[in-house]
Amino acid sequence: MIDTGTLWFIIFTLGIGSFLLRFSFLGLVGDQPLPEWARRYLRYTAVAIIPALVAPIVALSNETGSGPEPIRLFAAIVTLGVGIATRNVIVAILAGACMLGFGLFLFS
Amino acid sequence: MTSTTTKSAYWIGVRDGAPFILVAAPFAVLFGVIATEAGLNLFEVMSFSFVVIAGAAQFTALELMLKDAPTIIVLISALAVNLRVAMYSAALTPYLGKAPLWQRALMSYMLVDQSYALGQAKFENSPDMTVPERTAYFFGTCTLVISAWFIFCFLGAALGTQLPASIPIDFALPIAFLSMIAPMIRSLPHLVAAIVAIIVSLLCITVPYSLGLIIAGIAGMAAGSHTEVWMTKKQGVTQ
Repeated sequence: MIDTGTLWFIIFTLGIGSFLLRFSFLGLVGDQPLPEWARRYLRYTAVAIIPALVAPIVALSNETGSGPEPIRLFAAIVTLGVGIATRNVIVAILAGACMLGFGLFLFS
Repeated sequence: MTSTTTKSAYWIGVRDGAPFILVAAPFAVLFGVIATEAGLNLFEVMSFSFVVIAGAAQFTALELMLKDAPTIIVLISALAVNLRVAMYSAALTPYLGKAPLWQRALMSYMLVDQSYALGQAKFENSPDMTVPERTAYFFGTCTLVISAWFIFCFLGAALGTQLPASIPIDFALPIAFLSMIAPMIRSLPHLVAAIVAIIVSLLCITVPYSLGLIIAGIAGMAAGSHTEVWMTKKQGVTQ
């Protein structure tokens, strides 16, 4: 269970932080461009952090949390594969959810 | 802001932004459902969405809170996921930097993937637009997407507690994330960044305080960045 005080602290700090990131150049820095190395790193933050967050969830998805659960692993691969092939978020979500739903229905 | 051209710029923005409702809605519903299942009440869910307006960052924060990660790790990770908005802010400044401060502040609050992508494309292709027209267009692109974000989040939160227990909601989050990440993998450096981040995060599973996530994120960013430099150099040689 998430502690209420912590939750509100995180909501507001994250809100202020996100606003400052968005306001950084538009409001504060003005027209000065970012150094090229910083722009280069920023381009890859989301594609690095999100897979890093998902990988352990998928890899430890069985009941004891010691390894991957095959149906969930397969659903994850399907979501990613369909997403890359179609570039369509909704189709990818549906494919992954159907895979997971049918898999669990058939095998458990 | 009352002239006909700024008004029409606003409505063009609204029209251009409309299809993105389809992208925002599923994530908003999912966030509402998952946050409710995690024990947040309706007011907390809606405040979260209203204050932060950033799907990926909200999912990240929620996941790490559920894992009992230290608050500082929750904040660093969620803000890292959201770092790209600083890049958007930098990219739009040449077009919108001359707008009044209160408008720039309001635009910053509403700066999301969709408003950035539409704005950047439009301002590049229509160099004759005035600053008030650009501002109007920008607010137009946000209007439907952000309204949809709140409305569908509310629906998700309302639905959350009524879902039958047999639905494997534990895995909704990875599916949401994976569907979000797939279209972002646009080039070899993006792919390298993702693969390196996955490998390092799996190697770091036992690292305490979810610090493995930060280590893996930095490794992935460095890998993507260096691949890009390497590719540019290689291109320079072959030309």
